[in-house]
Amino acid sequence: MTTVNTVFIESIDPRFDAAACMNCGVCTALCPLEIIPLPRMLFREVMLGLEDKIIENEDTIYSCLLCKMCEANCPAGVPIAENIRLLRNYINSALYGLGR
Amino acid sequence: MSLPKKAILGILTDNLLNRGSVLPLSDRTAIQWSDGLDIPRGGETVLYTGHMYQIMPYLGTMANRMKAMENSWITKFMNLGRFVNRFINVSRFMAFPGKNEKQTYNNILRAIALLLRKGGVKYGYLYEDELYSGALIYDQGVDMALANHARRVRRVFEDHGVRKVITVDPHTTNMLRHVYPEILEDFDLEVQSYLEVLADADLENAEKSNGEVMIHDSCVYARYEGVIEQPRYLLRRAGFTVKSPELSGALTHCCGGPIESLFPSRAHEIAAKRMEQLRTMGDPIAAMCPICLVNLKQAGKNNDEVGDIAEFLARALLEVPGPKERVTA
Repeated sequence: MTTVNTVFIESIDPRFDAAACMNCGVCTALCPLEIIPLPRMLFREVMLGLEDKIIENEDTIYSCLLCKMCEANCPAGVPIAENIRLLRNYINSALYGLGR
Repeated sequence: MSLPKKAILGILTDNLLNRGSVLPLSDRTAIQWSDGLDIPRGGETVLYTGHMYQIMPYLGTMANRMKAMENSWITKFMNLGRFVNRFINVSRFMAFPGKNEKQTYNNILRAIALLLRKGGVKYGYLYEDELYSGALIYDQGVDMALANHARRVRRVFEDHGVRKVITVDPHTTNMLRHVYPEILEDFDLEVQSYLEVLADADLENAEKSNGEVMIHDSCVYARYEGVIEQPRYLLRRAGFTVKSPELSGALTHCCGGPIESLFPSRAHEIAAKRMEQLRTMGDPIAAMCPICLVNLKQAGKNNDEVGDIAEFLARALLEVPGPKERVTA
């Protein structure tokens, strides 16, 4: 069962910005890693408050190359690489105790 | 089983905060490349290596060890490794690159310094005061540690009265030009990559043709910093016919390097994929980032398949040995 954490988004750095994402999938199609949840589905899960899903996808989040192939081609101009970095920042703080 | 991210990121962060770099080098190792070049100490304009080229032989060796550890029972002891690392620099026991490998990367820095000199560019060097920029920690999202470290780096620039920084790699360029100004108030140094500086400098054209070269654009130069035309322009002036793979410029394909520390096997797969794209024409390959260089070299069939752009330029414009004919410094 999926649990919705309605205040999860507040625990992510406020610079996280995926509001313009329309889930078109260009990012996923262009990803050199060919990992399916990267990055549009992750962003949707953040906005829906699916904290468990984000933690489940910890490996995916850290395996992003931050190469910006997706971002350079995103029709909505979503700052994808920075969003991924901020998700790492959340995991570092919430799970690894590495602070912010 | 993947490598334990918490322990590895913890070690990297502890190293940055306590020892000034994710992979601390001795002062001697960091500045050895400059032996005999008589670069003035400090000054308003400095050549800033950010230790990236010097770290690479160690990082490459360590990544191979980490790759061997993936799926091994040893990973269970990495938390203990982090504890021990607080007292003893564990990374010092994990990487022993060969002399030739260290010399290769030092020679690239020497080539950059000499090319700038040939172009009439005046610069100093901070020697043992120079610090790593913190790029890897920034990428991994450990922002608190990065902010602390960035303040130390700024203090070094202030203490030496630096106004302009000439960088040698894309990651340090991005950190100093775009990341530091976001996290530090009033950080307003002028920052340019040596490729940008050389493109505007008074370099003579090569007198003869030097053959063909396949260019591998760095993601960070191309998509973060917009440095795409300068390396091509410089190679053309150096007498090379520049070829680009299908995925190049703003659409360049990553070398896999950014995930080397946490997912070494996956990183090597990406590098192998990129090498397949680059070697289609059979030409020597020019990289312009030390991380790309070490990754693509590891995926190459031999050590000479890929070289740094500075080696190509130096061979053509300075008449010093290029990637296939290196000398000892």
